[in-house]
Amino acid sequence: MYKKKIVPGVVKTVLGAIIAGISWLVASVLIPKIKKSIVSPYQYGEDGFWIWVVLTAIFVIIGAVLLFMGIREMIQTSQYNKKVVQSGNYIKKTHEKNGAAVFFSNLGKKIAKFFAGIGKGIADIVKTFIHGDWKTKVSYVVMGFGNITRGQILRGILFLLFEIVFIVYMVLPRGGAYWLSMLPSLGKVAPNPHGAYNEVLDQWVATAGDQSFKIMLYGVLTIFFCIAFLYTWYVNIKQNKIAEEILKSGKPLKSGKDDLKSLVDDQFHKTLLALPTVGILIFTVMPIVFMILVAFTNYSSINDGMTNGLFHWVGFENFKTMFSWDVGGVNYSATFGEILLWTLIWAVFATFTNYFLGILVAMAINKKGIHLKKVWRTILIMTIAIPQFISLLYISKMFSLNGLINGFLIDLGIIEPAQAIDFLGGNNPVLARVMVIIINIWIGIPYLMLIATGILMNIPADLYESAKIDGASGWKQFSKITLPYMLFITGPYLLTSFTGNMNNFNVIYLLTGGGPTNPAASGAAGSVGYTDLLITWLFKITQNGSSADGSQYYLASVIGILVFIVVGVISLVVYSVLPSVKNEEDFQ
Amino acid sequence: MKTQENTASMKRHMGLKAASRISNTIIHIILVVISVIWLIPFICIVIQSFRVQPTGMTRYLFANPDAEMNEGLAIKFGFDNYVNLWKSDFPKWYLNTFIIALVVAVVQTVIVLCMSYTLSRFRFKLRKPMMQFMLILGMFPGMLAMIILYQVLKDIGLTGTNAIPGLILVYCASSGMGYYVSKGFFDTIPKSLDEAARVDGATRAQVLFKIILPLAKPIVIYTVLTAFMGPWGDFVFAKYVSGITPSAYNVAVGLQSWLATTTMTSNYYTMFCAGGVVVAIPVVILFMCLQRYYVEGVTGGAVKG
Repeated sequence: MYKKKIVPGVVKTVLGAIIAGISWLVASVLIPKIKKSIVSPYQYGEDGFWIWVVLTAIFVIIGAVLLFMGIREMIQTSQYNKKVVQSGNYIKKTHEKNGAAVFFSNLGKKIAKFFAGIGKGIADIVKTFIHGDWKTKVSYVVMGFGNITRGQILRGILFLLFEIVFIVYMVLPRGGAYWLSMLPSLGKVAPNPHGAYNEVLDQWVATAGDQSFKIMLYGVLTIFFCIAFLYTWYVNIKQNKIAEEILKSGKPLKSGKDDLKSLVDDQFHKTLLALPTVGILIFTVMPIVFMILVAFTNYSSINDGMTNGLFHWVGFENFKTMFSWDVGGVNYSATFGEILLWTLIWAVFATFTNYFLGILVAMAINKKGIHLKKVWRTILIMTIAIPQFISLLYISKMFSLNGLINGFLIDLGIIEPAQAIDFLGGNNPVLARVMVIIINIWIGIPYLMLIATGILMNIPADLYESAKIDGASGWKQFSKITLPYMLFITGPYLLTSFTGNMNNFNVIYLLTGGGPTNPAASGAAGSVGYTDLLITWLFKITQNGSSADGSQYYLASVIGILVFIVVGVISLVVYSVLPSVKNEEDFQ
Repeated sequence: MKTQENTASMKRHMGLKAASRISNTIIHIILVVISVIWLIPFICIVIQSFRVQPTGMTRYLFANPDAEMNEGLAIKFGFDNYVNLWKSDFPKWYLNTFIIALVVAVVQTVIVLCMSYTLSRFRFKLRKPMMQFMLILGMFPGMLAMIILYQVLKDIGLTGTNAIPGLILVYCASSGMGYYVSKGFFDTIPKSLDEAARVDGATRAQVLFKIILPLAKPIVIYTVLTAFMGPWGDFVFAKYVSGITPSAYNVAVGLQSWLATTTMTSNYYTMFCAGGVVVAIPVVILFMCLQRYYVEGVTGGAVKG
């Protein structure tokens, strides 16, 4: 018998306590302040206050539930362990694994390991220098020297080439050193579109000046490059050490031919990963790093750092804006709270309505005695095949004031022509929100139907047989067999689809464009509507170039970072609650 | 006594049968209703694509009750929309999208397969950290990267009229992140196959090309299919990059521009419908032919989570 680990329970307890505690703090400190602030008429209005109350309440409840579960689990585990110990024959090693617990305990270990690794690396470098021969020592300055003199020409030349390229890049007039030196200030001379008077040409010429955007971009790239260089330098030294050892033991070194061969054999993974990794680094990692940095600057389309003046570092100013309740009469904090609340509500409904209805449809199609199974399936799958922008745009037109749905209702005599309803853009926020969720069901059920069909077929049939013999009703079979099985298998999928829905830009943007406009929040950047998600608000801000403040990219980045935090926290919490985090090796 | 029991059980049996017949009938009715709901938009869009007059939105599919008073409001059908499509920018948009989709389908498949095969088969030091890192990267809204990618593309001259290569570059470069589904598939191919081939002296590359790839046909087709279909629906980034240059639009951006304002809608609504039909037909045919592989991919992906 194994002892169970108490860590998962502790983690849940601590996590729950933290969440509940922070929300409580928000409740006690922030809410009275907001309430005081909305006394003045030009601000957000009563709504803003209630949103914060509801949001905090939700988090307090989540925290409390986690806390409760954690404590219960801790008690149960300790009782169980007591029993195991009393029974005498237990094995000390535990086999219990829990996602979050493993994550946290590993995180600590990893950080420690990382620093230990760096320390060891530096010690290694120093030791190799002291004990190495002259070839190795020269390699500290001229990379690849050791390789070349010991006969590994190909490797040596590559090392040397890399060093030359690096040095040339760094010392060029507008090279690495320049960008790094400009990074702290982000430029001193502003670019000027109207420019300076040029006497030779006898006209005004635009001046480029320092370009903050490029400074930041190339600054970040240069930092990446420097890290890559340092690592290569370290590898170069390590290789000298290894080569010395091999030669001492009297074995031959690998030749260039061997190296090339190993690229399609033992080192094949490096060949395969080279291209994708470079792509991800440049087109995914670099932009994200850049945009995280932008959150701490005042980069906007007015200060775009290319043609229209510089931007500079502002510290946490933008986060302050996002959480304050009076910036030029705009209550950003309440706007953010309202959109966040709707984003969460939308994600919950969009995920779970699709999930349960999708399972029901799949079950209906797969039931014994249903004819034309293939036809029903094909009809549903067709919605997946048709590009979403066509179906979404068309449906949004169908439900508009002059759309087919209104004509249909008029034909049926349900409404008069004058009473036509604007389902998605009218003055009825609740209707628009409900419609968006309903239309999303239309989009989502086919996927879920496919997924559920695959899983339903894998449920062992004898489970149902024995349930039938025991006289279980259809509902009992569904709730005791089908649903638990589905939930167990698709738990991680539910999480990804929840976070996917939080960022479901297409459905919202193509259906409603975020509308109907929310008059109370429209003062905030990007004119906010009732169906706007955080992601569409972010997009609207970036498209807001014609307003007085321009496109406030810095606010967009702040929202992006906050979305990341929300998604991350939810993922972490759900992972810690999921019954088991799958071990990928189990499948092989 | 015995006969009584028998009849009782028979009665119950017949009752059950009748009950299941009734429930099956109800389910059939529900399925018919669902099918109708799911098909209505497509039927309507096809009908409206043939409407010549009026060209704007209407509340009625066939007959307008207001037409009795005003002849101009009467609904007429014909092929004009499809003819006009060829005279507009639409063929250009179609070609743009087709080129993008074709290139992306090839490059993205290669990249995704490289990535997923490596992560499934090799055990190297950075494997776990890489996967965790990509998981975390995925939590950032992709919209953020768009702003800066746009500026970079603009700086190297790949926006506006040159939007097509720019779009291809960005779609392909970040496609390594979508390795998950096919990695799940590679995980299900037994490792013993690789090991047996390695014992026989095959290199890692030979194992991939001669043994794994032929077995991975379903997932290759799935990857090609999804990669090909992606660009047909991409809207935001394409709009961002092509800016105000209509000749560089893809179909999504172009067709959306026809519905952008009320005046545009009143002139181009039926042409939008026709364009939608023209875009949808080849994609739907392709999809229906390769349906089996798509279903396999989606189901596998969800089970693996």
